[in-house]
Parts: sequence; C-alpha cells; structure tokens
Amino acid sequence: MDRRVYGVETEFGITHRPTSGRGLPPDELARYLFRPVVEFGRSSNIFIPNGSRLYLDVGSHPEYATAECDQLTDLIASDRAGERIMHDLAVWTEQRLHEDGFTGQVYVLKNNVDSAGNSYGSHENYLIPRTTHFRRLSGILLPFLVTRQIIAGAGRVVSADEQRPAHFAFSQRADHMWEGISSATTRSRPIINTRDEPHADAAAHRRLHVIVGDSNMSTTTSLLRYGATDLVLRMIEAGVPIGDYELANPIAAIRAVSHDLTGAAPLRLRSGEETTAVEIQRGLLRRAQRFVGEHGSHHEQVPAILELWERAVEAVATGEHHLIEKDIDWAIKKKLLDDVAASRGLDWDHPRLEQIDYAYHDVHPQRGLFHLLVRRGMASELISEEQIQQAMVTPPPTRAAVRGKFLSTARAYGAEVTVDWVHHKLTDRPLEAVMVKDPFAAADQRVDDLLAKLAQPGTQLQERSRAERCGRAVSLALTDRYRLTGPAQPPEPPLI
Amino acid sequence: MAAQPQKQPHRPGGEEQDAAAEAGQTQANPQSQQRAEELDSLLGEIDTVLEANAEEFVKGFVQKGGQ
Repeated sequence: MDRRVYGVETEFGITHRPTSGRGLPPDELARYLFRPVVEFGRSSNIFIPNGSRLYLDVGSHPEYATAECDQLTDLIASDRAGERIMHDLAVWTEQRLHEDGFTGQVYVLKNNVDSAGNSYGSHENYLIPRTTHFRRLSGILLPFLVTRQIIAGAGRVVSADEQRPAHFAFSQRADHMWEGISSATTRSRPIINTRDEPHADAAAHRRLHVIVGDSNMSTTTSLLRYGATDLVLRMIEAGVPIGDYELANPIAAIRAVSHDLTGAAPLRLRSGEETTAVEIQRGLLRRAQRFVGEHGSHHEQVPAILELWERAVEAVATGEHHLIEKDIDWAIKKKLLDDVAASRGLDWDHPRLEQIDYAYHDVHPQRGLFHLLVRRGMASELISEEQIQQAMVTPPPTRAAVRGKFLSTARAYGAEVTVDWVHHKLTDRPLEAVMVKDPFAAADQRVDDLLAKLAQPGTQLQERSRAERCGRAVSLALTDRYRLTGPAQPPEPPLI
Repeated sequence: MAAQPQKQPHRPGGEEQDAAAEAGQTQANPQSQQRAEELDSLLGEIDTVLEANAEEFVKGFVQKGGQ
C-alpha cells in the first residue's frame, strides 16, 4: 500500500505522591483525572474534537488512542498531543486534590511497567490489505517484532531475581508477552493480536494490531519504530523474498533479546539454525535498503528511517551506544543512568536508578526527565510545540477529519451523537446513521448532508481560532471548535 | 569490521580519544572540564525534580494490570 492508516493506543501509568503517607489508589486517581473528560463529553470514554479517543481502560489506566493518521509525523504529533492532554488533566487534578485537602503531586507516566510487575501497553495499528497472506505476514513480522526492541525499546532497569542480578534491558514489555499470535489481549498478551476489527471495509482491509511495543518518549525512536514496521509490511505486501527468520520459540527469544545488550544472544530458528537479534535486524534492514533502492521512497522520511535503523543496529552490534544516545529511547535512558550511577557510585539495584527509569517517562514537560534531556540537547525531538498544539485540536486529513467535524458541529447545535471509528449517528435520527468505511476519506457528503439537517435558520457556525480556544478549559483538546452565531450579531473582526 | 556482532562491548581504556576523555575526568583539559560541569548541572537539576525518597516513590508506583 502506498498510503497506510496508522494508529497507536497508549495506556498511561498514574500515581499520586502526597507529602507524607500513602497516595490515592490508582482507580480513585483515574476518576479524578477524568472528571474534566466526563464534564466535556458526559462519559469517561469519548472521541474528542481532534478525532482521537480518550478513555479509562481495564485496570483504570487512562488511555489515548490517536485518530487515524496516514503520515508518520501526524501519528507522532497526535501521540504527543495525547501526552499533553494527560498532563493537562494531571495539572487540574493536582489543584483539585489540594482543594479537597490532599497534598503532593500527580504523575502520569508513559511507560509500560510498575514496581509490582503489572504491565500496560502501547498498541499499534496498521491497515493492511485483506489479500496479505497471513502466514507469510506472521512468518516475517514476528521475528522482526521480537528483535525490534534493539532499535526501538524504551529501556528498563530490571531488579534482581533468582536468575539474574539487577541490570539494564532493552524492553519494558518483553517480559510480559506470552504468545506469538492470538486473539486475546489481557489474558495471554500475544505479540500480534488477530482480533479482526478492521474499522474499515472488511472485504478490502485488515487491521494489524501489534501489542508488543514499548511506549516511546523519543519521537525519533517512534519514527523508526513505525517507519521500519511499515517498510517490513510493504515488503511483505509486495511479495518480495525476504529470507527465513522464523523463530523456533518467539517468546523465549523476545526475553533473551531484551536482557542481552550485545544483541548477540543465540536465537534458534525453526530451521534448526542459530541467529541473533542483530543478524535478524541487519538482514531485514539490508532487504529494506534494496527494496527502497528498487522501488524508491514512498514518503519523505524513508531515508532518515533507513539511516537511523542502520545506526541503531550498528550501535548494538559494536557496543558503541553513543551512536544513538540522543535518538533511541533505551540508549538515551541508559546514558543518563550510566552518568548518574558513575558519579554517585550506584549499582543497578539502587532504587534511585529505578526512580530515574520511571521519571524518564513522566509526561510533565518541565519535570519529566526525557523532556529535561531535550532541553539540554541530550535527546533529539522531531515535533515542535506548535505541532503538538495543532494536533490537540486538529484531526489529521483522514476519516478523523469527518469524525471531528461531525462531533464539533453537533456539539455546537447541542445535538447528541453516538460515534465510533466508523459510525456517525445523531441520537435523534438513528435511522440516518452514516458508516464511513474508508479510513482515508477526509470528507463525506453523506455526513455533511446529515449535519445540514441540524442547521437552524439565521444561524451559522464560526470556527474558533486556536488562540480563542486556549486557556478556556482544562485542556485545549477539550474545547469547542465552533461557535454558533445568530443573525443579529455582526461578524466579529478577524483576530490578528 | 563493524558487522561482527561478537565484538567486545567494552574497549580497552585509552585506546581512543573518546574513551580517554570519558574515563579521564581527572584530566584538566577544557573539554573534559566542560563535560564535568555539564554533568554536575544535569545531576543537580535531576535532584531538584525527583522526589528525595527514591525507594518510597518506586514502591508507591503500583497500577492495576492493563492490556
């Protein structure tokens, strides 16, 4: 596919740290956090004007699912917008807690594990053609995903257990995956989830649901993660020969890879041969370079993705981690931990290092350590503040634009709606509900016709500028896009 | 060459400029001096944003399971 729809769903960890004693339990804290969401959308599971979805999921994790994006930068910006929304909610919650007599700080962490061993995910969605042979897909994609952690893992301080002393690992999620492929999520946590909800024309498309990834703080790492996965999918879809990397035991392999920073741990293939994470990634990279050489770049970031992919693989292969110390989450985090450990004389089992691991994922733009490193030039950043603000209110030019317009227009007229990824229904006109099955469609005449029925004589919708929307609510993302103006009002002068 | 995954992750110290500069914080050249100052400043800033009791923070960070 030349164009692909991407999405990512992020579950966040939350914690309340009072000045003394125990904080609020996570479910209670989550309810606080989502009060402004419920106030805006009358539910704790809503689509918001930028087309994304905001909800409380299993285990009281606040979750943000990006709208359908067809550009990687839109996807990464939308993901960042989700972090910012969570931060806005946390700021509000902290104030509210103080008014209610509590003390301390509220943290929202974009990571995947807590200190008790619970795990929560970062789920990627890729639209793929229904015609893709699933056996071929999984045969190539699984070894790619099992080893992708060496180029895109978020890194983790692992406590000592019976088998190993405390150490640093590539991945947050690797130890929490239990199956290669299955339809379950919570129960067995497969690397690829086969539940077939395409949210699109099921005859043409399948939605590939990948739940093995770590949540990334670094946007350069995100670009490599989604960009390399897309390239591997393109090669699978094009039917080019890719080589046999099918692993005898993907789950044993994913763990072995995570805990071996040399990338050289032996992995047994189904063919009986042995390979390593570095060899698998390097093999797929070489194939992708050739593929792009023959077919050309299908978007403008392809050269940057290939360059970063190569640099990441070589950094692991040679142990020269400084090659990626500003660009890849695990290496950025490891450098910070190494610096702190060396100057303070700490071992891997010191709680300060585990705390720094968590604090790296703090979404707070001032307090979060990843953001602190960006300010100091020690981590790269692809997305500007302007792009984040834009992504908080503006749907990407896909079906999300249809959904965003539908939601915002109905809100302006005070009309109740029911929406999901595909459906657009005015509660008062249930029989006229519109399904938009094409996730690439940025406009839909049927939805426009339905919205036209809301129009009231003599009134019109005026779009609010971002400046008008700023500061009007707990989060910019939870503000109304349109204002309904009556005939008596003269048009407002344009804002400068 | 770089393609060998078996390559030692740790190089012998002093073999390269970088390694020497990193290891040799005692050296008084301006570059390593600047690096040491930057590191001090970084660690200082981290200390101001992190909760002082690391162990309590870590133990207190417990969620319920998600997907």
